[in-house]
Amino acid sequence: MSFLNLNFMYIKPIAPELIITCIALILMLLDLIVRRKEVIALVGIIGTTLALYLTFKVYGLAGPQTVFNGMFVLDGYSSFFKFIFYINAILTICISLKYMEIEKAAYGEYYALLLFATAGMMIIASALDLIVLYLGIELMSLSTYILVGIIRHDTKSNEAAIKYFLLGGFSSAFLLYGASLIYGLTGTTNIGAIAAFISEKGFAGNQMLLLSMALFTVAFGFKIAAAPFHMWAPDAYEGAPTSITAFMSVGPKAAGFAALGRVFMVAFSSIKVEWSTVLIPLAVLSMCIGNIVAISQTNIKRMLAYSSIAHAGYALLGVIAGTNSGLSSMMNYMFIYAFMNIGAFAVVIMLRREGFKGEDLSDYEGLAKNHPLAAALMLVFMFSLTGIPPTAGFIAKFYVFMEVIKTGHVLLAVIAVLFSVASAFFYLRVVMYMYMKEPRGEVILTTSAPICIALAVTALIVIVFGIFPSSLLDFVSLAISG
Amino acid sequence: MVPLSWYIVLSAVVFSIGVVGFLIRRNIIIMLISIEIMLNAVNISLAAFSHYLQDIRGQIFVFFVIAVAAAEVAIGLALIIALFRNKPTLNVDEINIMKW
Amino acid sequence: MFLGIKACGMPGTYIPSNYLPILIILIVATLVGLTPLILGVLVRPKRPYSIKLSPYESGNPPVGDTRYKFSVKFYIIAMLFMVFDVEAVFLYPWAVAYDKLGLYGFIEMMLFIFILLIGYIYAWEKGALEWE
Repeated sequence: MSFLNLNFMYIKPIAPELIITCIALILMLLDLIVRRKEVIALVGIIGTTLALYLTFKVYGLAGPQTVFNGMFVLDGYSSFFKFIFYINAILTICISLKYMEIEKAAYGEYYALLLFATAGMMIIASALDLIVLYLGIELMSLSTYILVGIIRHDTKSNEAAIKYFLLGGFSSAFLLYGASLIYGLTGTTNIGAIAAFISEKGFAGNQMLLLSMALFTVAFGFKIAAAPFHMWAPDAYEGAPTSITAFMSVGPKAAGFAALGRVFMVAFSSIKVEWSTVLIPLAVLSMCIGNIVAISQTNIKRMLAYSSIAHAGYALLGVIAGTNSGLSSMMNYMFIYAFMNIGAFAVVIMLRREGFKGEDLSDYEGLAKNHPLAAALMLVFMFSLTGIPPTAGFIAKFYVFMEVIKTGHVLLAVIAVLFSVASAFFYLRVVMYMYMKEPRGEVILTTSAPICIALAVTALIVIVFGIFPSSLLDFVSLAISG
Repeated sequence: MVPLSWYIVLSAVVFSIGVVGFLIRRNIIIMLISIEIMLNAVNISLAAFSHYLQDIRGQIFVFFVIAVAAAEVAIGLALIIALFRNKPTLNVDEINIMKW
Repeated sequence: MFLGIKACGMPGTYIPSNYLPILIILIVATLVGLTPLILGVLVRPKRPYSIKLSPYESGNPPVGDTRYKFSVKFYIIAMLFMVFDVEAVFLYPWAVAYDKLGLYGFIEMMLFIFILLIGYIYAWEKGALEWE
């Protein structure tokens, strides 16, 4: 059966996706048999770690391997994003075990859906064809819609899910319309073939191409929550379970950037000037709205939602640079952002206990007196989100800004730095509340082993990569070369 | 043969109807239907391009869009039912615990 | 060539002569349907009274509003039906190209159906198919 063997060779590059999908299916069935959610969570973590190992083994070794008639590719770029997705999934599982019990929503499907969403993101990162890209985006989005609304008895969660669902569906339709136009123009849905066709026929100034690019921008803008397509983000982030807020502020955003980078840098490479002209206002507006509106927020989840809009703006700068090193600075940014953001949300989750939301900024007053360690961790994450030097957040911002300056957008870098300074106001306000105010009442933290591990890992990474960034940068450069 | 441009115009018109419907109607079900209209507009143009280019890929794309749209509607209805159990309204302006 | 129609140039110059019989049939069918109705309106005597105007003259008097609220159970069944039903969209092209796809295609479709089966088992065990 040489015929069959040949086809099994094709399966090898998609092994991590297959593992994640199979584990998700197993979790669904396991949920019917096993009552303890810890078992389900553990199986999920083990499966994801296995996939992580497989991806790590091939990372940076060979050139791109395409399968399924060039629809799916395994290369450094996709592998790097997959690391972000694995880490995102594992850390989210760690921080949600105890929390979902408190919310009285400890469903087994939760973990299956997390992995399905992760599988969707992985497919997005590896998609070399618009059909596969669409399927990946929908697999990710549909799973995330349910996860946002998983606290069925909470009207806020329902509301967040409906809003996210309606605007997500709306943006997917734009993506599809853009895809259909570009298919009509080039006669192919393969991202590489589209680029080849456009440069060969000299279609660079074609209006249909520009319209299609604009539609893609709208769709990806929704996915990465960049202003002015950010309207859903604050509500969805506030209403969703906090663990899911952490998950969706990193995963779908990184996946959106993966798709954005792939489609714009490859398929639309011949109209680089046009799309960077479109993306620059998007980035500036994101940084502006994200950082300014965050100042007036009193709910920490909503504040972090606006901060995530602002971070989408910073990361967009890497894409705007339009070079390979610019792209790698964006990847670097998303990697560090994953750790610092999930870490911050882990602290937020710890404040939640039975009958106490712990989402208000005033709940943080005097936290340092009662719980110095938790306050210190929050301090690290807030410093990192602001971009203050000994933390990884500084490295992330520094490289993005440097790439932008290198390509001549000096004014853009100046604006970004200014908004970055403005952001210190609301990040450091949390620190000020924790350290400079007297505690109003006793705050009891809900701790568990998994959440402590997650906090330790995120804090360690944020500090270590802040002090020794070179190892991370080498790791990222493998993604672009291999 | 009906020229390709007719299909493109039809698709653009239907898509615009969907967009306008989504933006001005305030009933969640109608907004959901508007999204479906937009997806079907895309299906029209994909099928038309597919036939025009004599390339099967567009029709495959349509298959996937149809299947995913069904899943999307199922999830949308499930979310709406979940909301309706807690708060019996279908008007998005009344779904406002959090500011838009 | 598609369905025996030739491609031709400008919009407006195009005459779909192959569809002419269908157009004629459409007109004839409309006329056949409308003529008795119009004739009836013109010819019949008009002496309405309440029993005659009820929807079923010789049946039970109608009870309640027709805009009856359906139980939410119908929605769950409908949603499950929709999801499982649309998957047939993938079975048709597979069945048409079955000869060319061979064993690999067969295994893939079995995997696809197996995944659907897992979804079915899940829905069943969660009680989504219970009516009461």
